[in-house]
Amino acid sequence: MARLELKDIRKSFGGTDVLRGIDLDVEDGEFMSLVGASGCGKSTLLRIISGLENADSGQILLDGRPVGDDPPSGRNVAMVFQDYALYPHMSVAQNMAMPLVMARLPIYARLPGGRLFTPHLRGSRADIALQVEKVAGQLRIDHLLSRRPAQLSGGQRQRVALGRALVRNPSLFLMDEPLSNLDAKLRVEVRKEIVELHRKSDLTFVYVTHDQTEAMTMSDRVALLRHGRLLQVAMPGSLYFDPATIDVARFIGSPEINLFPARRKDGTLSFAGVRLSLSGGPMGDSDLMVAIRPEALVVKGAAGVASSPLEGPQFSIGVTREAIEDLGAEIVIHGRIARMPDIALRIRAQKSLHHAGPVAVPAQFDVRASLSSLLFFGADGQRINGVTAGVAQKALAR
Amino acid sequence: MSLIQTASAPMAPLMTRAAQALKGLTPGKVLTFLVLLGGAWVVIFPYVWMISSSLKPTDEVYDADFTIWPKTFAGVQNYLDVLIEQPYPTFLLNSLIVCAGVLAVQLVTAIPAAYALAKLKFRGATILLGTVIACITIPINVTSIPLYLGLVRAGLLDTYFSMMFPFLVSVFAIFLFRQFFKSYPESIIEAARVDGFSEIEIVLRLIVPAAVPAVAAFSVFSFVAHWNDLYWPLIVVQSQDKMTASLSMMQYRSEFDINYGRTFAAATVVTIPMLIVFFFARRAFVRGITMSGVKG
Repeated sequence: MARLELKDIRKSFGGTDVLRGIDLDVEDGEFMSLVGASGCGKSTLLRIISGLENADSGQILLDGRPVGDDPPSGRNVAMVFQDYALYPHMSVAQNMAMPLVMARLPIYARLPGGRLFTPHLRGSRADIALQVEKVAGQLRIDHLLSRRPAQLSGGQRQRVALGRALVRNPSLFLMDEPLSNLDAKLRVEVRKEIVELHRKSDLTFVYVTHDQTEAMTMSDRVALLRHGRLLQVAMPGSLYFDPATIDVARFIGSPEINLFPARRKDGTLSFAGVRLSLSGGPMGDSDLMVAIRPEALVVKGAAGVASSPLEGPQFSIGVTREAIEDLGAEIVIHGRIARMPDIALRIRAQKSLHHAGPVAVPAQFDVRASLSSLLFFGADGQRINGVTAGVAQKALAR
Repeated sequence: MSLIQTASAPMAPLMTRAAQALKGLTPGKVLTFLVLLGGAWVVIFPYVWMISSSLKPTDEVYDADFTIWPKTFAGVQNYLDVLIEQPYPTFLLNSLIVCAGVLAVQLVTAIPAAYALAKLKFRGATILLGTVIACITIPINVTSIPLYLGLVRAGLLDTYFSMMFPFLVSVFAIFLFRQFFKSYPESIIEAARVDGFSEIEIVLRLIVPAAVPAVAAFSVFSFVAHWNDLYWPLIVVQSQDKMTASLSMMQYRSEFDINYGRTFAAATVVTIPMLIVFFFARRAFVRGITMSGVKG
């Protein structure tokens, strides 16, 4: 249990700036995910928190105590690695006992044969064994304690790695893409277990992943990194519905959010052949980006696709169909705007429950969307708040 | 083999087995076997010659027509001469002390050095590695005169220490282990650091257990090399009681007469411990030179 504060963490490797000033607070007991594309610095940041790497500048505080100069073992952090990093020639029990052995037994007792010369430490050894068994029981790996890592499946190794991290009762629990070596089904399962683990343990978790689904489903808050900077730190929901920048909007959500270059002139906004009136926000003529989530677009006239009712003023765009991905319960339609074929469009739609036959999307169709589901970004990529779109006098531009 | 068996015992199952064996025998395979057989003979023949000669009196060793089994059997006499009349147990023990001592210190110095070069980041690591590689190219003959002079100055000639001294640090071992350690998964070492291992314990508890094949391979190299070494003991050993096994064979050479039967018997006695060592370490040795690292 600990509160983690990062203050202006900077790091560069051979002239390449990997982290360019990270400020981040992780509350006690919080599950914080660090998300970003590969190379964004998220793993480096985690390694700096763990002490495996030193920051060039900046401060790391654990419960208000600066730990930047402490070695990893002095920070009481536990870390789970992507490839599990189990000690290959030790049994599961020995693997899990190691952090406690290192912390509680003096060095002469840890050497080979040290057991023989240190009968007075029998109590400590028994405590360690007990603790290992307890954690193994929690993770349901107590029947594997005598096995070697090579004899375990991926999921079992993952659990042993979690157990080894848990057994020491760390103040901070760090995970570096722990699920990426598991197959898809197991991943969902272990994901649930980690969330459960967090809920039960009240530990502070910092979880690195490139997979937004993991971050969105597991975390209390998500920190999105890009090029060594934090783009936004927010709860998963607000990251999705209320992105601060265009980069956040594009990274979060699959398929990717639809983006249209737009122009604001004399209070009228035109994009993708649509003209809307615009009020509020910074005045004057400017270039903007208009964004809309793929599921906010409602397909008209396609058999087998459910069309949810829209609220408030709406607009409509003509689309040319290109490809359809059938995901079972829903479909993703890739298309282009009929009148501006250089703009691609992604639509996610639920399948209709009442339609038996295959989904049929015509080659040309219309999509509608509520004006309230539009997001506006400035030319600099920052979100523009306080803008209200309305139906222009000329009505729908079609 | 199966062909000979078939000829001597013409039983039905053997016939069919032989027929099957013959069926798979293409001309290419026959050629392969012949080449391999020839190669094996080239390797084995010196040993056959050595053992055969060790059973012969000296004049028969010189005989023009070579027979594997001696016409006059002098084996008992030769081996008794070597094992009883000469202090061969002492010579073998000397060799053992020198080889084991050299190997122990080599491992103790090379393993930490190799770990540092393979896994630790420090200023000058590249230059140090370059130096290590460069040192491999320096033969003992270059350094032997200054070493000899130094040992004379220190009054250490004719001691076990002087016999081991030039070989205590093996740059070859450092390089070999460094290559082996390099492939050890970085994340396991990092997990160990998070778990509170000191660097020494990382080496002892994680790296060394994984490097057993490499250690075994190097041990065989080192042991055989120093067991067979004649050059350096010849320089620093003066007394009979410090003489190593290979050096001892020099003493059968005299200006007028060389007792070849006895020399070969001595050579056999000196060679056998090495054969035993290799047979025990063979598996690990082969693994050590053909693969490297561990799989996570």
